[in-house]
Amino acid sequence: MIEVKELKKYFGVVRAVDGVSLAVESGESLGLVGESGSGKSTLARLILKLIEPDSGTINYDGIKNIRKDCQIVFQDPQTSLNPRIRIGEAIGEPMAIHKIVENRKSKIENRIKDLLDMVKLPAEYANRYPHALSGGERQRVGIARALAGEPRFLVLDEPVSSLDVTIQVQILDLLKELKRKLNLTYLFIAHDLSTIGYMCDKIAVMRAGKILEIGTTELILSAPQDPYTRQLLESSPKL
Amino acid sequence: MRKFFFKRLLQLIPLLIGISLISFFVMHLAPGDPTALFIDPNVDPGELARVRANWGLDQPIPVQYIKWLWNAVRLDFGRSYMTGQPVIGEIAERLPNTLILMIPSYILTLLICIPVGVYSAVKKGGWFDNTFTVLSFAGMSIPTFWVGLMLMLLFAVQLDWLPATGNLVLPLITMTIGSLAGLTRYQRAAMLEVLNQDFIRTARAKGLPERVVIFKHALRNALIPIVTIMGLSLPDLFGGAFIIETIFAWPGMGRLGVQAIFSRNYPLIMGIVMFSALLIVLGNLFADIGYALVDPRIRYEKNDK
Repeated sequence: MIEVKELKKYFGVVRAVDGVSLAVESGESLGLVGESGSGKSTLARLILKLIEPDSGTINYDGIKNIRKDCQIVFQDPQTSLNPRIRIGEAIGEPMAIHKIVENRKSKIENRIKDLLDMVKLPAEYANRYPHALSGGERQRVGIARALAGEPRFLVLDEPVSSLDVTIQVQILDLLKELKRKLNLTYLFIAHDLSTIGYMCDKIAVMRAGKILEIGTTELILSAPQDPYTRQLLESSPKL
Repeated sequence: MRKFFFKRLLQLIPLLIGISLISFFVMHLAPGDPTALFIDPNVDPGELARVRANWGLDQPIPVQYIKWLWNAVRLDFGRSYMTGQPVIGEIAERLPNTLILMIPSYILTLLICIPVGVYSAVKKGGWFDNTFTVLSFAGMSIPTFWVGLMLMLLFAVQLDWLPATGNLVLPLITMTIGSLAGLTRYQRAAMLEVLNQDFIRTARAKGLPERVVIFKHALRNALIPIVTIMGLSLPDLFGGAFIIETIFAWPGMGRLGVQAIFSRNYPLIMGIVMFSALLIVLGNLFADIGYALVDPRIRYEKNDK
């Protein structure tokens, strides 16, 4: 679905993404693992065209409008929702723009209700402001917001790393369920292998802007080739 | 909200008493005696003592203060030494002239500082931003009276477009320049801070047009600090009025205040100080309320969870 070739992005002297090639197949869930600063989020932002690459190409197969078909769930639900905008409006905004539903108030409200229901939040949350929600609830809003444009491809940029462990599992299970129901493709970013192992079919290990190895989850977890992957495996808690 | 409002209103009482206490004693610390200005020095010393006793100046200062306070709470601020008219009447007569200067200047400042600040932040580092950065630092560092004098020199003396005194335009421009520079910087800083927030990145990821991202998502948040700053900048406007009205011989409250200070006209000084203080504390109160209205995180009593 998405194929990245020799992608590069430097910020000054920092080689955030330094010649990355990888492919995300339709319907799969690719895990991108690496420590902080390894360039995972920059790569995700490049794929979503939120920033422009210095060189390299990205091919999108079956994606017409990137803003509509590709969406992202950000790491920190605390800061990624506008504090002055009600939940319902935050979720509903992309609908009118991407013409998902007829631009009528009742239609949009129904769709907001459906989306809240999909992420298992009560419909009356639509009238609340983000500060009145817990961290886990906010991340559910973040997911509903990402789904509002009926995307096919979702980047999950460490969606659970700022949440409590008990909430983490709930959100991960919700994401798995949504993927199955809506036939989504995921690029799942995390810095620990246990979450990725739980979520993904394939794993790409990233360090200092480069992909060290890519393989199926079983392969990477059972027989890692790169010494860095082995190191990551040893340091991650077992789920 | 109403409960909060009345609570804050009650808190103003000790605040105003404190202001009056400090002002009263500081005022009496200044050397000089009002009688020296109003009364012929060759007059009989007995007559002088009689006038002083009549004004209550022969009593210890704490006693004078208590008497002043007792009258002030009943809204009697005494009579001007100079004219013998009630202080309240003198202020009421001059106040419209000051307001006619301050209110348009306030509005003009808002109308200019918000768009300039926002545009500077959005196009940070561009020629527009750089120009206004230099201009606002100049505006902040040049004293108001100098700006006033230069404007007068240019438009009244050299070009002869406007009269030097008794005309609204030059004092209005001077006053606006004074408050504009700082507020533009605040608006720019507030906008820059908001534009760096994660939720702006979210808004862009949603595919919203840049116009919506800036005016709806960013500006709504960036106006919050400005509401506070506008409330807090009221004292500057009053301070500015004292200087600007004096330069342009504008018959407002500020000039009355300066004249009162130079002639040690104690009742009038206290009247003007207390009146300005009241306006300023009320301004701050309204800024707080405005703050609550624009920021959903601060709701003083609403059922917001």
